[in-house]
Parts: sequence; C-alpha cells; structure tokens
Amino acid sequence: MSTILDVLRGPWPWYVAGPLIGLTVPVLLGLGKRFGLSSNLRHMCAVVPAARRNAFFAYDWRREGGWNLLVFLGIAIGGFVGGVLLANPEPLAVAEPTTRALAAQGLAVDGALAPAALFSWSSLFTLRGFVVMVLGGFLIGFGTRWAAGCTSGHAISGLAELQWPSLLAVVGFFIGGLVATHLVLPLVLGL
Amino acid sequence: MANSIGFGARYLAIGAYFGFVLVKSEVLSWYRIQEMFRFHSFHMYGVIGTAVLVAALSIWLVRRYQLRSLDGEPIAIRAFEAGWRRYVFGGVTFGLGWALTGACPGPIAALIGAGLTGFTVVLAAAVLGTWAYGQVRTRLPH
Repeated sequence: MSTILDVLRGPWPWYVAGPLIGLTVPVLLGLGKRFGLSSNLRHMCAVVPAARRNAFFAYDWRREGGWNLLVFLGIAIGGFVGGVLLANPEPLAVAEPTTRALAAQGLAVDGALAPAALFSWSSLFTLRGFVVMVLGGFLIGFGTRWAAGCTSGHAISGLAELQWPSLLAVVGFFIGGLVATHLVLPLVLGL
Repeated sequence: MANSIGFGARYLAIGAYFGFVLVKSEVLSWYRIQEMFRFHSFHMYGVIGTAVLVAALSIWLVRRYQLRSLDGEPIAIRAFEAGWRRYVFGGVTFGLGWALTGACPGPIAALIGAGLTGFTVVLAAAVLGTWAYGQVRTRLPH
C-alpha cells in the first residue's frame, strides 16, 4: 500500500509529471508573465555593474527580471524539498542499454541524479569533469541567449504558442544534443 | 517592481512547485537526458510532450476567450522575431551544452537545491556564456 509519503518521494511517471510541468505556463500567464528561465542568466549579468557597460546588460533587471529571478530561486528551494527533505531513497534506475553504453565508455551508473564522476567538486579538477561542467555550462549560456530561449521558453512555451522560431530552436537543441551524446561525449569520457 | 511580500512569495512558490516536479519526474537527471538522446526511454518525450499539450491547451483558451491576467491586463502572446539563423545556430549550441551537462537552466537551479552543489560551477559557466554572447552578438548571424 502506498502512503502519501511514498507518493511524495516519487519517482513520478511521465503522464503525471508532464501535465504538472505544463501547468506552470497558465499559472504564470495568470500573473501576466511568460514561462522562460534562461533570461535569468542575462539578468544575473545585468546585476554586475561592470557587465552593464555593455548596452545588452544595461537595463533595470529588478523591473524586467525580478519576478523571474524569484522563480529561479524558488526552483532551488523546490529542489531542496524534493531532493533532500523528501528524497527518493532508491537509487536512480537507468535504462539497461544506456547503462551498458556508458559503461563501455568508462562511466559507471552510480544511482545519483547526475554522475559524481563528472559533477562533484573533486571531478572539477579532472579534465573530463572540467570540460563537462565548464564548457557544457558555457555552451548552455551562450546558445540559449543566441537562440532567444531554452527548454522552457522554446520547447514548452514557444511550441505551445505554435511559434515557428521555437520549432526551429527545438530541432537545433536536438541536433546539438545528438552530436554531443554520440560524438563529443565518447571523446570527453576518454580524457 | 511592486514591492510587497506577497508579490515575491507567489513567484517563489511557483518556482518551488516547478523545482519539486523537476526532481520527482527525474527530468533534471543527467542519465534521463542520456536515455533521451540515445532513444532508450520514452520518459523524457512523454514529459515534454504532455507538458506542451497542457500548455498549448491553456494558450488556446487564452486566445479563444481573450482572457485577462489577475490584475485585469489582456494577456499578450508576443511573437519571436522572424528569421532562422539565431534559432538554428543558437539552438545547436545550446543542445551541445544540454547533453554534456544533462541540464538546462531550470534543472541547474533544482540540482543545486537538491544538494548537487557542483552545479554552481555549471551555473557560473552558463552566466559567463551569456555574458560572452553579449560581447560578440553583433558579429553573429541572427
């Protein structure tokens, strides 16, 4: 018999989680806001006085993005409640073929949300950890502003609005993801 | 910005709700992103697909009935600027980072909260990437 606590610990199937994620869009629309999280990376630049010498970052970040930075902070709080206070005690299950493919490239599935071998503080001082964290993060920040949106702004909000630019961006996301997974990652894991 | 505690609290609450679902659906997991890009699991496709369906239904209702926000303003769906280069080139660049880190901006925040503090490095690098885009953007195709 599953208790409320079991349900809160998860994991939740896609047909529960997907609609709950989609509901974020009408909730924010009700407050007159559009769901899109990568703008926060720009707002964080605009907070830094030295960065504001560039006109691209010289705007009133509190007025434009104060609400969205609060959403971003809230996500971290939700991550703490869901990932620490009500953490799923079971190790994360990974599809068998993915486990085998990663093992063949020298990465063991470790049951965490992300492999400690790539994302722990000590792995930052390994070549592959540095490339994945720093280069990967840089590409996210550079690419999302170039494309004018990320997974939330294009793949969810933009596709739901039936906007052609968002479909183009999502196809781009997918091409980049396939190249990184099948061509770049095998090289990086070998470092 | 309208500086009331209630104003801030409701955005914090919406974020906390979203972050909680990101953890419970495990879509913030590097391994789930790997399964997706290797076509080994339906999970990510199911989550994103049904999220888009629910969002699209809500936007259709907004347009159909010209709904207003809680403070009485008409809800405008703003269109992205025309063109294709920035979406394709920027999209591919973002996709490379998405697959390497297994995260995008929302999940990065949730992972830090969930105790994977190494993702503060990913966040800092992402902010640096956005700053770098700001420095070179006039020389890039859009």
